[in-house]
Amino acid sequence: MNPPRQAPPVPPAEALTPPLKPLGKVLAVTSGKGGVGKTFVSANLAAALAKRGHKVLVLDADLGLANLDVVLNLYPKITLHDVFTGKAKLEEAIVRAPGGFSVLLAGSGMVEYSRLTPNVRDDFLRIMTGLLPHYDIVLLDTGAGISDVVLFAVSLASEVLVVATPEPTSLTDAYATIKVLVGEQKRRTLRMVINQTARMGDGRAITSQLQQVLDRFVVGKSDDKVRLVHLGDIPGDVSVRQAVMRRQLLMLTTPGCQAALAISQLAGKIEDTMITPAR
Amino acid sequence: MPDPATDATLYLQSVVDKLSELSLKDPLTGLSNRRYFQNVLEREIEMVTRSGEPALLLMLDIDHFKHVNDTHGHPVGDVVLQAVAQALSDAVRPMDTVARFGGEEFVIMLPNCQGHYGSQVAERLREAVSKLSLALAGGDQLKVTISIGGAYAPRWVRSTPELWLERADVELYRAKSEGRNRVCIEPQPILAVSAEEKNLLFGPLALGDPAWIESIANDSSAQGFASASSNLN
Repeated sequence: MNPPRQAPPVPPAEALTPPLKPLGKVLAVTSGKGGVGKTFVSANLAAALAKRGHKVLVLDADLGLANLDVVLNLYPKITLHDVFTGKAKLEEAIVRAPGGFSVLLAGSGMVEYSRLTPNVRDDFLRIMTGLLPHYDIVLLDTGAGISDVVLFAVSLASEVLVVATPEPTSLTDAYATIKVLVGEQKRRTLRMVINQTARMGDGRAITSQLQQVLDRFVVGKSDDKVRLVHLGDIPGDVSVRQAVMRRQLLMLTTPGCQAALAISQLAGKIEDTMITPAR
Repeated sequence: MPDPATDATLYLQSVVDKLSELSLKDPLTGLSNRRYFQNVLEREIEMVTRSGEPALLLMLDIDHFKHVNDTHGHPVGDVVLQAVAQALSDAVRPMDTVARFGGEEFVIMLPNCQGHYGSQVAERLREAVSKLSLALAGGDQLKVTISIGGAYAPRWVRSTPELWLERADVELYRAKSEGRNRVCIEPQPILAVSAEEKNLLFGPLALGDPAWIESIANDSSAQGFASASSNLN
């Protein structure tokens, strides 16, 4: 939970293999469309996992337009930007979030990193490789869209969580994202969370609808199927809006509300698949 | 060549140039050799990683070439290799690199090759070779065909030459097993979502299922959820 005491060993760039094999224990949270609650889900999921006793790190992988700091109301002096530019050590940039987990924030100076250059990629990979041994799970809060930075960040993760809302625009963008991840990264299992659902069962219906379109249009011809795993719904809840406006974590303000309970369940499922898989 | 006696430096330079050219060329066909192509591959991967531009690698093979050698002899086989090499070189852009990869196998690097052009180019190459007609000593005409496999570089993620070649090779194998004299290119992911896909995605919407429309049109407030879930209880 705490930032690592000693400096994490950062291997030299040339010692690293290209990021073709995803790193274990890394969950990328992505969405396609912006404004669907991706960062909200990342932060509260991290709090729920921390509450279950895990060492969790949330990494702001939305390098160009980060807003994890806004969601958490954290404005540290030292950010990932200072690590990238060599002004600070990695452990100095890791801060403790209110929910009992660690965060590595991108910082406002990261606009120059919104393009994926080989340097940005190497820096990012070095930081990830150095941090991994110190945590039970790392959440990558990616940016909106299907930019090269988003695709790169997702390529590092062993599991992908796609956040969508029931709105048609969000579903279309989530579908486009899934298509690209299937095509470019050969992803075959993706996990879905439907945020802001109006009633029970909506999320499952939406996921199965997405699954039908994938089966028909994406790799339907072969037996090499893509599988969407419906991980859960987060019901629309006034407490969510209140927590977001106050820039507080829902898991701390109203841990008993419907949405918070849904996130706790989600954390349980992620724990089962990624941290303590069935022995 | 410059006279070694009068201008030794210039002479030496021309010898070095000639040697380095020889080390990168295939002597039989005059194409680039495998060693040179390795550099082309590595450079192109760097370019694609940086720019995200689509680059296509083609791997092709003369069909039943062993049969040509066995039936007509190796000198005829060599003439076939030279003719195919020439036909390939004539059918690509100056910026593309055609190389002899070994035996009857060739590789072609097509930088900045947009998705739909890839199969057109490959098809043109296949046709160009199939139109070749070599006059044999006995007055017969010899025709050959090629099978082509292709793979685009994975964009945004730095790959390795070995992996890229392997993917093109898989497609070449597919072209061979599907009957030869054909082109197989690894399908490219399409970013756009077609109208058909949207129709199916919003299927219940299009059919006008009132419950579905209501569920997504409703403001997803806590009240809405509470009443919906209490209805279920």
